[in-house]
Amino acid sequence: MNSFSLSPFLAQAAPAADAAPTVSGVAVFMFAAFVAMTLAITWWAARKSSGAGAFFAAGRRITGWQNGLAVAGDYMSAASFLGIAGMIAFFGFDGFLYSVGFLVAYLTVLLIVAEPLRNLGKYTMADVLAFRNREVPVRALASLSTLCVTIFYMIAQMVGAGLLVNALIPGDHYNAAVTVVGLLMIVYVVFGGMLATTWVQIVKAVLLMLGSFALSLMVMNHFGFSIGNFFDAVGAVSQGGETRDFMTPGFKFKGTLDLVSLCLALVMGTAGLPHILIRFYTVPDAKTARSSVIWATIVIGLFYLMTTFFGFGAATIIGPDNIANSNLSAPLLAQKLGGEIFFAFICAVAFATILAVVAGLTISASTSFAHDIFVNVIHHGREHNPGEEIRVARVTAFAVGIVSILLAIVLRKANVAFLVGLAFAVAASANLPAILLTLFWKRFNTNGAVWALAVGLVSSIVLIVLGPSVMKENPVFPLGNPALVSIPLGLVAAVIGTLLKPEPSSEAKYAEMHVRAHTGLGAEQAEPH
Amino acid sequence: MSDKKSTNEEAWRAIEDRPEFRELLAAKRRFILPMCLFFLAYYFALPLLVGLAPDLMGKKVRGPVNVAYLFALSQFFMTWIVAIVYSRAAAKFDRRAHEIVHDLES
Repeated sequence: MNSFSLSPFLAQAAPAADAAPTVSGVAVFMFAAFVAMTLAITWWAARKSSGAGAFFAAGRRITGWQNGLAVAGDYMSAASFLGIAGMIAFFGFDGFLYSVGFLVAYLTVLLIVAEPLRNLGKYTMADVLAFRNREVPVRALASLSTLCVTIFYMIAQMVGAGLLVNALIPGDHYNAAVTVVGLLMIVYVVFGGMLATTWVQIVKAVLLMLGSFALSLMVMNHFGFSIGNFFDAVGAVSQGGETRDFMTPGFKFKGTLDLVSLCLALVMGTAGLPHILIRFYTVPDAKTARSSVIWATIVIGLFYLMTTFFGFGAATIIGPDNIANSNLSAPLLAQKLGGEIFFAFICAVAFATILAVVAGLTISASTSFAHDIFVNVIHHGREHNPGEEIRVARVTAFAVGIVSILLAIVLRKANVAFLVGLAFAVAASANLPAILLTLFWKRFNTNGAVWALAVGLVSSIVLIVLGPSVMKENPVFPLGNPALVSIPLGLVAAVIGTLLKPEPSSEAKYAEMHVRAHTGLGAEQAEPH
Repeated sequence: MSDKKSTNEEAWRAIEDRPEFRELLAAKRRFILPMCLFFLAYYFALPLLVGLAPDLMGKKVRGPVNVAYLFALSQFFMTWIVAIVYSRAAAKFDRRAHEIVHDLES
C-alpha cells in the first residue's frame, strides 16, 4: 500500500462477498426511490427548458446556494465518501489529509478562477482559453484535455459503482450495475440537460450531508457524546496485532516530496476540473458565482470535517482488521450503529453520489464536444442549422455513456486510484496553467496555450505511467503523483511556446479580456423567465 | 472590418486606462495576491511539517490529540475565514466595478 495516488477509492478491489454484508430489499427500495425522484426531476427539466442556454447552462438562473449545493454534489464523489472514510479507517491521520486538500482547493477556485471564468465564457473552459487566442487549435486541445479528464474520472466512478454493488450483493452484478449507472446518466443529460443535472446534484448533496451527519451523530452517541472518549479511542486502535495511535502521521505517506506533490495536485487540480468549472456558467453573474463557491466551501467543508467522525469511527468501533474492503468502512459502520435500514440508506446514498457525479461528467464532456469541437472547430463558430449544437451534445452524451459503460466493463480490473490521480494531474498540469496565464499574462498567446495544454497533458500521463501506481516496484519516476514535476513542465512549456511565436492580435485583445473579466461588461446574461 | 476591429480594441484599451479601472485592479491585486500567498503557505506548511518535522507534529496537546491533527483541523477554519474575508472585500470591488460600468453607460 505504498502508492501515493490521489484517490484511495477501491485501490484494493475486495474479493466479492467475503464476509461482506448483504443488501436488503430496503436498500433496493431506497435506491429505486432516489432514481424515481431523479427521473421526475429530469421530466420536469425537459418540459421546462428549451434552447442552448437552457440545455448547457440551465438558463443561467441557478441561485447562489443552489449552485453551491450542486458544486458540492458534483464534487463529492464516491472517492470522498467511501474512499476517504476507508483511508482514515485504515491509515488514520494520513487519510484525513485528503479531506483537508479537497477543501482548501476551493480557495483557488474562489480567489482566482470562478469570477473571471463566469464573466468571459459561455459554456466551457475552452471559452476562456480561446478568448484572445486563435479558436481552432486552442479549443481542439482544450476539448481533448476536457475529454481526457472526464473519461478518466468517469471510468473511476463507474468501476467503483460496479465493485461496490458486487461487494454488497452476493453474485456478480458488475456489468448490470455499470450499465444501470451509464443508462441513468444518459437519461438525465440527454433529456434534462444542465437543469436536470443540477437538481440531481442538489438532491444528492442534501442526501449525502444528511447521511454523513446521522452517521457522525451515531458515532458520537457511541462514545456518550464525549469528544475526550472519542479521541482516546482514536489514540488506541488495534491493527495487525498492535495498538496504534491513529492521530500520528505516517501510516501511509513516507516521503515529504510525495506528500507535497499530492497536495499540489489537489489544490491546483480542482480549479482545472472542467465539470466543476462549467457549473459557474449556470448562475446569473460573477457575483453569484462567487457566492456559490462560498456556499460550496461551507457544505464541502462540513462534509470533510465529518470524515473525522465516520472515518475514525470506523477505525475505533469496527477496527481496520474487521473490514475486508476499506471502501465499505462507512456502510459497515452504518450497519453496526444504525441497523439494516440505516445501512440500506447509506448504501443508497453512496449510489446517488456516484450517479450525480457521472451526470456532471457526462454533461461536461458533451458540452465541450458540441460547443468546442463541433460548432467552433469544425463549423468555425456557427451552427449550420438551428438547434444543432444541442442535438450534437445529446448524441455525444449518449455516445459518452455507451463508451463509458463499455470501458468500465473492459477495465474492470483497472486501478481506479490511478485513473482519478490521472484526472487531477491533467487538470492541474494542463488546464490550470493555461487558464492562469490567459488571465494574468498579457503576452500569453495561442502557441503558448497549445504548448501548455499539450505538455501538461502528455507529461502527466507519461509520469503517472512511469510512476509507482502503474509500475509498482522500482518505478522509473518515484512520485505517485506527478504534479510537482508536471505543473512546472506545463508552465515552462507555456512560456517557451509563447515567446517562440509572438502574436500581436492576442496581446491586443488583452485589454478587452481584462476589462470584461473584472467588470462583467458583455458577460452572458441570465435568460428571462 | 479591420478598422472596426482596431477601434473596438482602442475602446477597450481606453476603459482599461481609466484611473478608476486601474485603481480597482490595484485594489484587487493588493488583496488577492497576499491572500493567495497566505493560504498556499498555510496549506503547504502542513505536508512540509508532517514530512520534515515529525517530532513537532507528533507532540501531544491533549490526550492523543497532537499538533498535526489540530493543524489539519485548523485548515478548515482557515479556508472558511479566507472565503468570508474575501467575500466581504469582493462586495467592495463589486461596487467599484458597478460604478465604472455605470459611468460608461451614462
